[in-house]
Amino acid sequence: MSAAAITANDAGAGTVQVALSGDWLLGHGLPGPDPVLDRLRKAPKPSSVAFDTGSLGDWDTGLVTALVAIHRSAEANGVQVDDAGLPEGARRLVALAFAVKEREGARRTDERTPFLQRIGESTLDAWNAGKELLAFVGEMILSARRFFTGKATYLRSDILLHIEEAGADALPIVTLISFLIGMIFAFVGVMQLNMFGAGIFTANLVALAMVREMSAIMTGIIMAGRTGAAYAAQIGTMKVNEEVDALSTLGINPMDFLVTPRVIALILMMPLLSLYSSLMGILGGMLVGLIMLDVSLQQYVQQTISAVGLNSLFGGLFKSLVYGILVALAGCQQGIACGSSAMAVGQATTQAVVRGIVLIVVSASVLTVIYINLGI
Amino acid sequence: MPEGGPHIVAKDLTMAYGDFLIQQNLNFEIRRGEVFIIMGGSGCGKSTLLKIMIGLKSPKTGDVFYDGKAFWASSKQEQVAVKRKFGTLFQSGALWSGMTLAENIGLALKQYTDLDDAEIREVAAYKLALVGLAGFEDFYPSEISGGMKKRAGLARGMAMDPDILFFDEPSAGLDPISAKLLDDLILELRDSLGTTVVVVTHELESIFAIGDNSVFLDPVTKTQLATGNPKELRDHSPNFDVRNFLMRGTAPQEASAA
Repeated sequence: MSAAAITANDAGAGTVQVALSGDWLLGHGLPGPDPVLDRLRKAPKPSSVAFDTGSLGDWDTGLVTALVAIHRSAEANGVQVDDAGLPEGARRLVALAFAVKEREGARRTDERTPFLQRIGESTLDAWNAGKELLAFVGEMILSARRFFTGKATYLRSDILLHIEEAGADALPIVTLISFLIGMIFAFVGVMQLNMFGAGIFTANLVALAMVREMSAIMTGIIMAGRTGAAYAAQIGTMKVNEEVDALSTLGINPMDFLVTPRVIALILMMPLLSLYSSLMGILGGMLVGLIMLDVSLQQYVQQTISAVGLNSLFGGLFKSLVYGILVALAGCQQGIACGSSAMAVGQATTQAVVRGIVLIVVSASVLTVIYINLGI
Repeated sequence: MPEGGPHIVAKDLTMAYGDFLIQQNLNFEIRRGEVFIIMGGSGCGKSTLLKIMIGLKSPKTGDVFYDGKAFWASSKQEQVAVKRKFGTLFQSGALWSGMTLAENIGLALKQYTDLDDAEIREVAAYKLALVGLAGFEDFYPSEISGGMKKRAGLARGMAMDPDILFFDEPSAGLDPISAKLLDDLILELRDSLGTTVVVVTHELESIFAIGDNSVFLDPVTKTQLATGNPKELRDHSPNFDVRNFLMRGTAPQEASAA
C-alpha cells in the first residue's frame, strides 16, 4: 500500500494539472484537496483543471469527497473542470453528487440566540407550560364529572389493573424506604434527646414526623418516580403509536378512557400507601429506639400513641391525597402532550417525574403553612 | 340514507400546522360506494388531509361535508354521531396494545351498542375471520406480525359496519401478496357492503387496482393538481407531474390524445 499524495502543477495554457497518486482510502491519512484549492484561489487564475491519475491505486469515498470539494471550489471560482483523467467510477459518483441541486434553505446554519432572547423564550415556555397544565386540570375535572355521572367510556378492568400497579406493586419499595427513614429519624432523635435525658421523646419525633409529613412526601416522591413516569410513558407510547388517535376517531374521549382511570387509581391508593408508610416508619424508629434507649416496648408504643392525634393523622392523609392527584396529573398531562417520537416519550417521562416532585414539594410547603395557621 | 348527492365533499380546504401551510384550496367530491385515492409524493400532506377528514385535526379554512352536512361547523355531539359511521385503518394498525384483538374490536360495540359480552365476542370473532385471522381473538397486538396487525386494525375499523372506511397507507410495509390480498379485501367490502372507501397511498399498483377516483396533492404548489380516475389521469392528464408520478417517472412530455 502506498501513501496518498496530491499535487497541483501549472501545465501551461491556464490549465492546472492535478496529479493524484497512491491509495486514496478513508482512514489512511489522506492529504485532502487543500493544495488544489489554494492554487485555484491564487492568481494567475487558471482557466481549467485537469486530472492525472496514472499512479492512483485503490480509492473510495476518501477520493470522491476530495474531488467534490475541488469541483465546488472550481465552480465558485469560475474554473472549468475537465474530469476525463479520472477513473470512470469516480467521475460518475461526482456527477451523481451534483445531479440534484441543493434545495434552497435546506442547509441549516448555526444560529446563536442572544442571552436575553433565551431568557425570554424560556419564560414564555414556562408560562405556556403553566397554561397547558391548567387547561389539562380543567379537562380532568370535566372528565371526572362524566366518570361519576356514568357518561364516560372506560374499562373497569383497567382501573383494577392500575390500582394493582399503583398500590400492591409499590409496597416493597415503600416498605424499604419508610422503614429506613424511620430508623434515621430515630438515630438523630436518640442522639440529641438523650443529651438532656428526654430519649423517650424519640417516639414522638418519629411518629409525628412520619404521620404528618414524611410518609406522604416519601410515598409521593416514590409514586412520581414509579407511577407518574409509567403513566407518561404508557400514554406517550400510545400517542406515538396512533392508539390515542384511534380512540378519538371512535368518539371515545382519551381523557375518559386513559387519564381518569389512572388518576382515580392513584387517588385511591395514595392515602393507603401513606398510612402504610407511616406504620413502617414508626416500626423502623421503634427498632432503633428499643435497641438504643432504656425503654420497654410497652412504654415506646404508649408514647407513640399519645403523640399522634387524629388531627395529625388526617392532616397527613389529606396531604397524601393531594400529592397523589398532583403526581397523576403531571404524569398523564405529559403523556397526552407527548410528541410523536421515541425521544419525545423519554422527555415526557422525565418531565413527568420532575414536575411531579416539584409540585409535591411546593404544595407541601403551602399545606404546612395552612396547617399551622389552622392549628392542626 | 340519502342517495344521489355526493357522499363526501371537500370544499376550499386549507390545512396548516401553525403558520406552516401544508395544502390549500382543496376541492373534491367522493361518491357513495367509490374507492377514492388520496395520492401525492412524500410529505405533501396526504395523511394530514386524512386526519382532517376523520376529525382528528381541524382545517384552517374550508370544511368537509358528509351527506351535505358540514362536519367542522357542527357541534361536538353531531361530530361524534358522524364519526360513528367511520372506520379507520391507521398506518401502523394502532391497535390498543393493552387489549386482546377481540377486546380491540369489541370496544366500539361496547360503546355504541347494547350487545352483551358473548355477542360482542361473536361479532369480533366474525370480523377477525373476515380478514383471515380466525382464532386470534385472545392474542395481544405485540404477539402478531405487522401484516396481521394491519388486518386486525381493519377488522377493528369494520366493527361497526361503517359507511366510510379510511385507510392510511394500507400496503406500506406489507409484502406484495399481502398487499394484493388487502386490495382485494377492500374491493370485496365495497362491493358487498357498498362502503365508501378513502385510501391514502402512493403505491401505484394499488392505485390502479382499486381506485375509481382520486385527488393528486402537490408539495411544491401546495394544492391539488388533478382529480379523477387514476388510469385516465395517467394517460390523459394535461399535467406532466401527475402523469410522471403515475408512470413512475417515465412519462413523455406530451399527454396522449384522449
